Amino acid sequence: MITVLLLMTTGMILGWLFHKRKKLIKLSSELTNWAIYLLLFLLGLSVGTNEKILNNFHQIGFQAISITVFAVSGSILMSWLTYILFFKKDER
Amino acid sequence: MKGSLIILSFFAGGLLIGMYKILPAQFLETDYSMYALYFLMFLVGIGIGSNKKSLEIIKTFNFKIALVPLSVIVGTYIGVSVFAFIQNELSFIDSIAVGSGFGYYSLSSVLISELSSETLGVIALLSNISREIITLLFTPLFARYFGKLAPISSGGATSMDTTLPIITKYIGSDYAIISVFSGVVLTILIPFLITVIL
Repeated sequence: MITVLLLMTTGMILGWLFHKRKKLIKLSSELTNWAIYLLLFLLGLSVGTNEKILNNFHQIGFQAISITVFAVSGSILMSWLTYILFFKKDER
Repeated sequence: MKGSLIILSFFAGGLLIGMYKILPAQFLETDYSMYALYFLMFLVGIGIGSNKKSLEIIKTFNFKIALVPLSVIVGTYIGVSVFAFIQNELSFIDSIAVGSGFGYYSLSSVLISELSSETLGVIALLSNISREIITLLFTPLFARYFGKLAPISSGGATSMDTTLPIITKYIGSDYAIISVFSGVVLTILIPFLITVIL
């Protein structure tokens, strides 16, 4: 956990220092995409060989969508409150 | 949208290859993914640090605009806490970690599958994809009944790119900057929130 945060912070500092080196930054954003592709491929691979996940896929899917419904409802209600209290009065 | 399909096809490709046991078993025994994740987080850091657009957007910061991503975070956590309370299959921490993806499914799913379990990683993938899909489908409805910030908060991190066009179509372009701001702030916070929670 600490390693992840340290690496990310180091990256942020380096990115800020070298933000004018366009080619370098472009390369790093290309590599970011490929690292994400690789990791999702590996996640797919281990899920594909994991009987426990495959057999419970419908349950996992249901849990996932339930979390989203609650998360979206909560954030919409919260932002509705924020909108009424702070934003609406400035509109004409 | 094209990007989302590419990302999903890599996951689906891995899934199929795993299910039909195309690759030899010894390939699966070594786990390289932690190193790939370290590399990814370093690159994500570079991306955030070097992004002039996000730096400029952060400069538009003021009390009112900061309330938007804050409402998204607090609202999401309240909603997910209710979910965690009414069922007992997923723990509170696991549920909050999945909710902390705020729609950024590619990063949240790989991060969660390494820091916690693959099962939770898959839940994060499906959950956060559906957050994007729900936003794309229901933005007109949300904007009409729950005010102009509703589609932005539903979109979470995606309100800066994939769901931005539909959001601005229904709430007006004067809210576009708020939408991008909220998305950028959430995108930066997501890796920190997930890592600290798990």
